[in-house]
Amino acid sequence: MRLEPKPSPSLAITLLFPLAAIGTTLVLTSILVLAAGASPLSVFYLVAKGAAGSQFAFLETLTRATPLIFTGLAIAVAFRAKLWNIGAEAQLYIGGVVTVALGTGALPLPSVVLVPVIMVAVMAAGALLLLGPAMLKTRFGVDEVVTTLLLNFIVLLFVSMLLEGMLKDPMGLGWPQSQKVIAEAQLPRLIQGKRLHYGFVIALASAVLIWVVMKKTVLGYEMRAVGLNPEGARFVGILVDRTLMKTALLSGGLAALAGFSEVSGLKGNLTLDLSPGYGYTGIVVAMLAMLNPLGVIAAAIFVAGIFVGADAMSRAAKVSSYIADVMVATSLLTMVVAILLTRFRIRWR
Amino acid sequence: MDALEILFTASFWVAVIRIASPLIFATMGELICERAGVLNLGIEGIMTAGAFAGWFTVYSGGDLWAGLLVAALFGAMFGLLHATLTVPLGLSQHVVGIGVTLLATSLTYFVYRLALPEVTSPPKIEPFQPLPVPGLSSIPVVGEALFTQTPLTYLAFISVAAVAWILYRTPIGLAVRAAGENPSAVEAQGISVTGIRMGAVVVGSALMALGGAFLTTSAFNSFFFQMINGRGWICIALVVFGSWRPGKALIGAVLFAAFDAYQVRLQQISGGIVPYQVFLMMPYALSILALILVARRAAYPKALMIPYQKGER
Repeated sequence: MRLEPKPSPSLAITLLFPLAAIGTTLVLTSILVLAAGASPLSVFYLVAKGAAGSQFAFLETLTRATPLIFTGLAIAVAFRAKLWNIGAEAQLYIGGVVTVALGTGALPLPSVVLVPVIMVAVMAAGALLLLGPAMLKTRFGVDEVVTTLLLNFIVLLFVSMLLEGMLKDPMGLGWPQSQKVIAEAQLPRLIQGKRLHYGFVIALASAVLIWVVMKKTVLGYEMRAVGLNPEGARFVGILVDRTLMKTALLSGGLAALAGFSEVSGLKGNLTLDLSPGYGYTGIVVAMLAMLNPLGVIAAAIFVAGIFVGADAMSRAAKVSSYIADVMVATSLLTMVVAILLTRFRIRWR
Repeated sequence: MDALEILFTASFWVAVIRIASPLIFATMGELICERAGVLNLGIEGIMTAGAFAGWFTVYSGGDLWAGLLVAALFGAMFGLLHATLTVPLGLSQHVVGIGVTLLATSLTYFVYRLALPEVTSPPKIEPFQPLPVPGLSSIPVVGEALFTQTPLTYLAFISVAAVAWILYRTPIGLAVRAAGENPSAVEAQGISVTGIRMGAVVVGSALMALGGAFLTTSAFNSFFFQMINGRGWICIALVVFGSWRPGKALIGAVLFAAFDAYQVRLQQISGGIVPYQVFLMMPYALSILALILVARRAAYPKALMIPYQKGER
């Protein structure tokens, strides 16, 4: 068996294969639905209805998509330069820590000043957290996959320590949670009385900004060159290590914004269950988007829809909502195969 | 008790060997994959699946050994998925590995909820019991530590010897090592690199699943969510630390386990002056430190993470 490169695929093919990947995912996961004694069609209908069947459902999906856009962008940027940042979960939590450290009354500033100050500090903290593994990679050749993965555990324990110590809410009845951020540090709701908040707008703006950076700037060009062929990039005079550092700063900062947006826009305070694995799900989002920053928006809304829809479905159909996690993981694998098939033809002889 | 005295008690070293056992299985599994040229990041999820499959087989009335067999089969199955995507299709080993971990973990949780919809606390099974080796187990400290363990721990140590023997003393081991260093040389011998690599990933994944099953059938007696808790990622660090050699990786695993057991006991002595999270962080921090220390002289298999296509140079 061998792989033969195909001529560059048409737009139709590029769009058709992701759809085929999602179709395959639905077929594969319907086996599990059948095993659970339910009808796949009605379960998938309930998921779709729970994700987008009403204004309430769709706004909930967009709310859930917000942190996924940030982590998805973080991964898309890093993977484009082949910097394997699997530590978005840790960067997200550090973003949450900085948000409550500065946003619970330490800085008595008006909202128009305080929110940007917090955002800059959050991005700096996330950026620095990824800079460590990136420097270990370029200086010592330590694989960043393992270091970023291990940092996820260390940072979560660190957050747990802070929530039982320095950042603990004295009025929290002993629960490990921080104080609520003050009104000036909050992101307002987009629609009065609904949960969707301005974090979503910031996420959309970030996606557009990152798209511009990737397509139209020298940095974006260098990142793509380093990802495609580091030797070649070095040969044409690109400083590979420095490009990787810049990538790490950008990626870590984006992932940390997810933590800021969840705390300031939605939850109000920091707890240990701020993220149900948004850092890891961001990898799936980025791959479904084929690492395209604008595609990340669509992919994040799609993945968020599966999670929100599955929650609603499991209440009605008695199929565990873990089906959503299975669907998302399966779609990651079917998607990488689909991307391969758009670029190569499999020859069996 | 004094902080240093702990190191001379037999009970401490018994715990060390027990903590090391699942790491030894999984580290050997990862080592085989990487020696053949494939980084298997599915390890964390495969261990989760193995832990559940082994436990659930016993819970549904199966024998303990049948549980291990089922765990190994599920591990091999996920290994086959990983191998199919990364070896003949040559897809990114990073992305596929994370995908396999996410899939194996979520499938395990889904099946757990499907099989046990009503339970609030995980049901218990009768796990492997310690099987003292007559004579050897009465040697003070060392004998007690090594020879009053469960059969599965002995199997873990045997697996190290077996992996070392196969890798360095058999033609198939030579082919595995060559597939990770210089695949064209393997192909020149008329051996299929694809076959060797896929076989290594399947067998390695089965070993990882046994590491997971150790936790539910030997160290503890039930399955709970997030019980692997990063052990798989630590094993990847142990393979690097052991410079891809079974013996050195075994020493690494035991050292790591000693450190882990020691921090738990220090935590009890410290009496809450230092937050307990600091102690829990140490094993992960130690793994990163170990990676940095060996990084300069790390001799990665030369073809690690490089897909091979027949006839391509």
